[in-house]
Amino acid sequence: MKFVKWALAAAMTMSLGLPTAHADAPFKAAWIYVGPVSDHGYSFQHDQGRKAVEAALGAKVKTTFVESVPEGADAERVLTQLARDGNKLIFSTSFGFMNATLKVARAFPDVKFEHATGYKRAANVSTFSARFYEGRAVLGTIAGKMTKTGVVGYIASIPIPEVVRGIDAFTIALRKVRPDAKVKVIYVNSWYDPGKEAAAAKALIDQGADVLAQHTDSAAPVQTAEERGVWCFGQSSDMTRYAPHRLLTGIIENWDQYDVAEVKAAMNGSWKSHDTWGGLASGMVKLSPYNPAMPRDVVAAAEKTRQDIIAGKLNPFAGPITDQSGKLVVPAGKSLSDAQLLGLRFYVQGVEGNLPK
Amino acid sequence: MLRLEARPHPSTAALLLAPLLAVLLTLLAGALLFALLGFAPAAALKAFFITPVNSLYGLGELAMKATPLLLCAIGLAVGFRANIWNIGAEGQLLMGAIAGSGVALFLRPADGAPWVLPAMFLAGALGGMAWAAVPAFLKLRFNASEILTSLMLTYVARLFLRWLVGGPWRDPDGYNFPQSPMFAPDAVIPPLLHGTRLGFGALLALAVTLGGWFLLSRTFLGFQIRVIGLTSAAAGYAGFDRGRVTWLSLLLSGALAGIAGLNEVAGPIGQLTPFVSPGYGFTAIIVAFLGRLHPIGILFASLLVALSYLGGESAQISLGLPLAATDVFQGMLLFFLLASEVLVRYRPRLARTRG
Repeated sequence: MKFVKWALAAAMTMSLGLPTAHADAPFKAAWIYVGPVSDHGYSFQHDQGRKAVEAALGAKVKTTFVESVPEGADAERVLTQLARDGNKLIFSTSFGFMNATLKVARAFPDVKFEHATGYKRAANVSTFSARFYEGRAVLGTIAGKMTKTGVVGYIASIPIPEVVRGIDAFTIALRKVRPDAKVKVIYVNSWYDPGKEAAAAKALIDQGADVLAQHTDSAAPVQTAEERGVWCFGQSSDMTRYAPHRLLTGIIENWDQYDVAEVKAAMNGSWKSHDTWGGLASGMVKLSPYNPAMPRDVVAAAEKTRQDIIAGKLNPFAGPITDQSGKLVVPAGKSLSDAQLLGLRFYVQGVEGNLPK
Repeated sequence: MLRLEARPHPSTAALLLAPLLAVLLTLLAGALLFALLGFAPAAALKAFFITPVNSLYGLGELAMKATPLLLCAIGLAVGFRANIWNIGAEGQLLMGAIAGSGVALFLRPADGAPWVLPAMFLAGALGGMAWAAVPAFLKLRFNASEILTSLMLTYVARLFLRWLVGGPWRDPDGYNFPQSPMFAPDAVIPPLLHGTRLGFGALLALAVTLGGWFLLSRTFLGFQIRVIGLTSAAAGYAGFDRGRVTWLSLLLSGALAGIAGLNEVAGPIGQLTPFVSPGYGFTAIIVAFLGRLHPIGILFASLLVALSYLGGESAQISLGLPLAATDVFQGMLLFFLLASEVLVRYRPRLARTRG
């Protein structure tokens, strides 16, 4: 057994050792994505981060990516292959890669890992995510100004805390502007399913929604909104071109600065395992350009919300917050803590329907 | 008009050489494709076929990726031979994973119980079997098409899995993310070889392959299965019990798919998540036909299909070959395999169109 272990270790060093033998060899960093880079959504934006690293560091880095990696047994193999291929920093960009990332990190202690949206860390595993709910508070403010029917449709992916946070932050902001407004939510049980997303968008419009928000990655909902003439918000990347007349603005996920900073840190030896949860202030969450059709007072209200959040004057989850049954959950003067937000599992007042358990 | 005419006696040599020819043609067409995309063809082919399996770890991964395909495809082939079209191996796989996970999560004794893993395998087989029993019952009782019922039950299984991991079986310390707690060490299959992830599920799959061959070629039951599939009327005259064969083939394929699912959650994954399988149950249908519904052929087909997945990853890693090129390459491989198969059995004839 000992011999096998030794032989394997020797084989691994041989396959790893060559590229790093030269001092001027480029630093190797890799990314794995759950979707195709062409999804113009979540994986696309992570790949923008990789491209930003290439642009910033040029020939000093060599980047690699693997797209459409299933979140089952395959992730561990891809991560292992990347580590064996000599990559020293690996961005593992989907929640479902979490346990595989931890396992591979144990097997390759000299390789550093960056896991997006997870909660388990190790000496060589950092986690990072963004406070998208801050952007959704801005969207909620705009929706409150734009809706005539008082019914807003929300196309959601999977009922995990991140999605519930987005719905709640959106609804709280919406009802500050329009206290009688309602949010109807449809879950499509997928991050990317254009067919189901379009069907959900149509169903919501048929139920009276005149503004649509989405927490799924395809452009199908905004295309449906454009056809049917209702307002909509984009997601992940700038979706303006899919609904030029009807897209008010949208959430943009921006990992560029983070990815560049982490690669630089790994290169100069200052990299440390840590958790990052950036928001509008750090630029991890951005908004796509406001539609010119948006009235000036709406733009002003949206900008005020955005600037107040950046300045720390506005917490989207500041009390008083009441849940669906009307019970006061967070009294005035208090707000939800990060720990509570990470495990958030209730709807605030104004959201229709039950949270799937 | 081009017409296909059955060859009365397809040459045995051609039948055996056809897959080799297909692989050769794929290599040539693939080299051309890679060259057109601006990649060195030799390096691309090496990254695709050699790099993934040039280490013990790589070989272990190949066997691991082939295992669920092989287990599902053997079971499906037995049914397909008898014209029983179980399309729902994916659902049976998920139900096996669920049942086995239930044992791991709830029936765990204090510590070090050697019966946990065997019990999980048994539960996995029973879970898949139970899910396959539904189409069998509906077919025999109401003459409902098993193609539709087994396929639709896959979606039910998927939703059931999502509900379990998002609700009652959710990890209480997992920030409400939809997945179960990690299994205890006793409930995880240990690797056979140090430095690989390969567990004894792969050996089980090999045994199942031999068993499938024995069943189909060497037993009276296998003979009945083949006769029912080839000439249903003759089977009727001979008094073969079609109901029994329907039950048997569906329960067998369900059990094997269930074991495949359990082998994933108790092996490399180590917990129940919504992503147990990237569609093994469906890919296994292709594997079964690629192996010409013969267990030994299926063994090679499962390895080939597994290698094409690993090769795609490897080509992305070492060359930056886009995934879409990989998909085209996999498609070409299947195309040439099926085309050469057809041309060995049939002769293309130019027939004059009637005026």
